[in-house]
Amino acid sequence: MITITGLTRSFGTKQVLRGVDLHVPKGQSMVVIGGSGTGKSVLIKCILGLVTPDGGTITVDGQDVTRVPRDAFLARFGMLFQGGALFDSLPVWQNVAFRLLRGSLRRPRPEARAIAIEKLRRVGLGPETADLYPAELSGGMQKRVGLARAIAAEPQIIFFDEPTTGLDPIMAGVINDLIREIVTEMGATAITITHDMSSVRAIADRVAMLHNGKIRWTGPASQLDSCGDPYVAQFIHGSPDGPIETLR
Amino acid sequence: MTRLLAALGKTTLGTLAALGRIAIFTGQTFGHLLRPPFYPREFATALLQIGYFSLPVVGLTALFTGGALALQIYSGGARFSAEAVVPQIVAIGMVRELGPVLVGLMIAARVTSSIAAEIATMKVTEQIDALVTLSTDPMKYLTLPRVLAATLVMPVLVAVGNVIGIMGGWLVATQRLGFNPTGYLRNTVDFLELHDIGSSLAKGAVFGFLAALMGCYYGMASERGAMGVGRATKGAVVAAAVLILAANFLLTEAFFSA
Repeated sequence: MITITGLTRSFGTKQVLRGVDLHVPKGQSMVVIGGSGTGKSVLIKCILGLVTPDGGTITVDGQDVTRVPRDAFLARFGMLFQGGALFDSLPVWQNVAFRLLRGSLRRPRPEARAIAIEKLRRVGLGPETADLYPAELSGGMQKRVGLARAIAAEPQIIFFDEPTTGLDPIMAGVINDLIREIVTEMGATAITITHDMSSVRAIADRVAMLHNGKIRWTGPASQLDSCGDPYVAQFIHGSPDGPIETLR
Repeated sequence: MTRLLAALGKTTLGTLAALGRIAIFTGQTFGHLLRPPFYPREFATALLQIGYFSLPVVGLTALFTGGALALQIYSGGARFSAEAVVPQIVAIGMVRELGPVLVGLMIAARVTSSIAAEIATMKVTEQIDALVTLSTDPMKYLTLPRVLAATLVMPVLVAVGNVIGIMGGWLVATQRLGFNPTGYLRNTVDFLELHDIGSSLAKGAVFGFLAALMGCYYGMASERGAMGVGRATKGAVVAAAVLILAANFLLTEAFFSA
């Protein structure tokens, strides 16, 4: 399980996280919603150590993330980045098998390639894509490759940063379904950052809303529509009128 | 007056801070030199990109410079009846100064810019973050192979540049200026000392190190967006060129001051 307590982080004079408290039970799919620039991505980057928090604690299975060996810690994680973040200079299969070709999880090259092709198949891509380069793929295919890379080493915890951004509604639906299936099938703990409500409904077991640097509301996905919080209500209905300030 | 002093102070502090960051970056790069894991494939790719693919530009630069140098020395030497020194001056000019400096500047233009743009793009597209999440240290995976490859391959490029530059001089001297081909080469070989060649190769190694280090540093420090990538690339090339010229002065002082 992941437990975040009193997490704070500022960039210059702008305080992005103002004391985030969040608990993600093991094997659950938590979706964090919130407007653009509310610090959702910063939150998961803090958990991964990509951004150093100013204050607060983050524990994974009771262990403080700042006091565990980095390699072993990161080996438990997979992440799908917003833009895919595929390595341009490597063919698709080497992107997927990146972790299996080097470091502590290293496997023989033919075995790593076979695993990569299997993971590509799992996300709906044929073996013919294995030797293509990321620049040769469409946006949807890049997301799928990113997803395959995130699950290649069978991680226990997977993060998805805006998994459907930039995709058409049909492809977004396909990616949402894939994420839900994979998380269920692997029994992984997942945190998804999104402001796409179709993703929330397809992926979430639990939902947390981040607003003004704090968790405004958290609860089961089934209670999202009836939670009674005016901020959540405004967000999920996409209404310009309500307590959340909008620029017009 | 106060405003002027404040601006001067701000610039000085900014420069010192940048030097400090570069020193820390250099220390971190060296820190990875002996600690596994190593990435031989990335190192081999960097050797190929920095070394082999730079040969055409290095060769052409050296060839034309050697030829022009021969013409200049012949024309200048004629003012005091010293036309015969062309082979010696071309050799010493190419090996001690022009070879390493021009190859260094060519590498700054070709390799530093490419490294900075590549790493900066990786940074703005979150590929650097992706490396970290895949348990791979970007300094070890991206910086060390490039810096090491440039440091090792630059002496080879300088040696090739020196030979081609001397041959450029030889071509012009024998085809245009009436020098005897064998005599020209004999004069060149007799005149050059081992110390000249050693200092040339050492300069090459230092310039290669600086060129790759600046590319990596500015790439890693890039800000967001296309403008960030552009700034990183420009900053890397300017810094590498200035540092190469400054290092050339210091090394020349160290190698050749009486």
